[in-house]
Amino acid sequence: MQDTSKVTDTTPAKTTGATIDLPGDWRYAPSRQSSAPVTIADRYGLFINGGWQRPASGEWFPTINPSTEETLSEIAVADGADVGRAVKAARNAYEEVWGPMSGTERAKYLFRIARMIQERAREIAVLETMDGGKPIRESRDFDIPQAAAHFFYHAGWADKLEYAFPGIDPKPLGVAAQVIPWNFPFLMLAWKIAPALATGNTVVLKPAETTSLTALFFASICDEAGLPPGVVNLVTGAGETGAGLVSHPDVDKVAFTGSTAVGKRIQADLAGTSKKLTLELGGKGAHIVFDDAALDDAVEGVVNGIFFNQGHVCCAGSRLLVQETIHDRFVDKLKRRLATLRVGDPLDKNTDVGAINSRAQLDKITDLVESGVADGAEIFQPRCDLPERGFWFVPTLFTDVSQSHRIAQEEIFGPVLSILTFRDPEEAVTKANNTPYGLSAGVWTQKGSRILWMADRLDAGVVWANTFNQFDPASPFGGYKESGFGREGGRHGLLAYMDTGI
Amino acid sequence: MNRLDVRKTYKLYIGGKFPRSESGRSYPAKSTDGEVLARVSLASRKDLRMAVEAARQAQAGWAGLTGYNRGQILYRIAEMLEDRHDTFVGQIVAAGAKPRAATDEVSAAIDALVWYAGWADKFAQVHGNLNPVAGPYFNISAPEPTGVFGIVAPDAPALLGLVARLAPVIVSGNTAVVLASEPSPMPAITFTEILATSDVPPGVVNMLTGSTEELVPWLADHGDVDGIDVMGASPQQRKRLQEGGALDIKRIVGLRGSVVDRSPQLIGAFTETKTVWHPKGR
Repeated sequence: MQDTSKVTDTTPAKTTGATIDLPGDWRYAPSRQSSAPVTIADRYGLFINGGWQRPASGEWFPTINPSTEETLSEIAVADGADVGRAVKAARNAYEEVWGPMSGTERAKYLFRIARMIQERAREIAVLETMDGGKPIRESRDFDIPQAAAHFFYHAGWADKLEYAFPGIDPKPLGVAAQVIPWNFPFLMLAWKIAPALATGNTVVLKPAETTSLTALFFASICDEAGLPPGVVNLVTGAGETGAGLVSHPDVDKVAFTGSTAVGKRIQADLAGTSKKLTLELGGKGAHIVFDDAALDDAVEGVVNGIFFNQGHVCCAGSRLLVQETIHDRFVDKLKRRLATLRVGDPLDKNTDVGAINSRAQLDKITDLVESGVADGAEIFQPRCDLPERGFWFVPTLFTDVSQSHRIAQEEIFGPVLSILTFRDPEEAVTKANNTPYGLSAGVWTQKGSRILWMADRLDAGVVWANTFNQFDPASPFGGYKESGFGREGGRHGLLAYMDTGI
Repeated sequence: MNRLDVRKTYKLYIGGKFPRSESGRSYPAKSTDGEVLARVSLASRKDLRMAVEAARQAQAGWAGLTGYNRGQILYRIAEMLEDRHDTFVGQIVAAGAKPRAATDEVSAAIDALVWYAGWADKFAQVHGNLNPVAGPYFNISAPEPTGVFGIVAPDAPALLGLVARLAPVIVSGNTAVVLASEPSPMPAITFTEILATSDVPPGVVNMLTGSTEELVPWLADHGDVDGIDVMGASPQQRKRLQEGGALDIKRIVGLRGSVVDRSPQLIGAFTETKTVWHPKGR
């Protein structure tokens, strides 16, 4: 995940341009990860009660590779009847097998799954990159290893839950309905399924419409791991399938990761029930750089914060707040760094920025970027050769952004950074908190007391100081305000799937 | 000659002051056998908005106190409540309870406050921890108060229910707008007199008496309320509070458990977990 290919800044005083001049006609040689390890079926059914089933709807939809627009496979559309079968299978498995099973036995299944993910990591990574468009470097080095780590971490909790919370006799909730997004398809599946199973719940999960393939691959892992039928069920489809799942009356727990708009609909749908709900929603993370920061490190952090995974990251540092005194210098450095980002074939091991996940998302990014120009912000995009087919967006900076601009308020979920300035720590906090969201924030300064002062005041569930975009199964993740509630990961994440009596 | 007793006027409690409802309305509070005990204020939408504003203004200051300090203030509330033990017993009995049950209820409310007072400088140790991440990072998670909570106080037990739902909200640094029990408002109002004399900063607790049915939609939809404890609400009111909560992702607490629960998990339910990362290096 971390980009260590730093630009050596040899002439800081003289640099003003946005490109690095290299001698001659120099270019990177392709370094393509072969897609040979991956076998994709022509068609995938629904994984219900341990077996593959045809959808009751009789309908299928294509899933495409967003970097080529080629159809990879066809996926079943689950309707209400399918969702009902999946929930019933999960309920039976909860009552008959998974609920009564000892924590130690549950743990062993999860450890086994973690190991199988590690064993087949390259296959999953290539599949993830083909289906979703993210650079293979990220799926290979971040998404899939983190997913395995999540199963390994939570496996160990399964027989130690009575030690997690003092005075609490831990009980599972029952059947968990889980709906996940397309930005980290396999990793979000792990974030959802691992804690749910560790705490003794069974699961019906709906992957995102554009990125179902790695979830379906996971179904085959469950099968090969000998996981009892019905413990994990997968229903594929679009929003309608998800809406049917979360509002199913026999579901005890709903966990959703996705947009704030859909999160609000789900919260409203659940009104009148006592289903336990956790929401991990959008963000508009402030990335704050003080004048005493290690600027070259901060440049790398800011670039990683917004261009990691094409900016399709809910906790992306999409608003840069840079101290006024270093604004010009810092923006110069950023522009030069941007010019070195390699945009293109996600399967190329040197690619930094891959394909935008879907045409719909590309349209949304384009619309917001146009609004930024129309609102009067100054746009910068490096020279960039984009492939002819597929969905692409050039890494983009906006300067002269004011707080009221849409690009400073709305989540773009793309490789677009809005740059604002501040004068002192108070103003940095005020501007950082001036959003309905509250998921992440970054602070770059060499002064320790200021880091802690800022961290106390930022409305954000995760604060990265002198780093950004760090994740770990042991570290709770989740939002303040309209970025949602509940935590995923760590001891805190277990609470989302446990009945603690309150 | 018999002396004429001096009756108390029961008013709202907003921002540390005791105003009447701006609407000029009141309603009769009655005992279980229908006797009118007093007329109490019938709060309006505007009163609720003033209460939320007062709660918002007070929140940062209250959360900014040390846990030690907040703990002493909660303990002080218990001291003052003990001092007026008989007043509350009298009110609860007048409303229809048996003297023994009333005495037990007041004692339990005092003990609950003492219990929560002791949590003020400890809950962060129980709810927070260092996270052993797989890399050279210092990584710590700690709870912070969510902000402003609305509380629909339970009808019964009126005093203990109120205290048991309020204490876990304010102990961490949240402020509260409480809809007092509509049928049993008098212990709630008398309790605000205790709050006003217990070093609780103005605005930390705001008490509205009136029609729960009327106030629930305004509380549910208010954009500056961060969360709502629905324990005291009817099923229909709960649904309405959940629907309003969905407008801006309010935290809804009190869907499970009981009115008099006492748990560090309840303190946690009114907090947000913040995780801070920092690299380790030379």
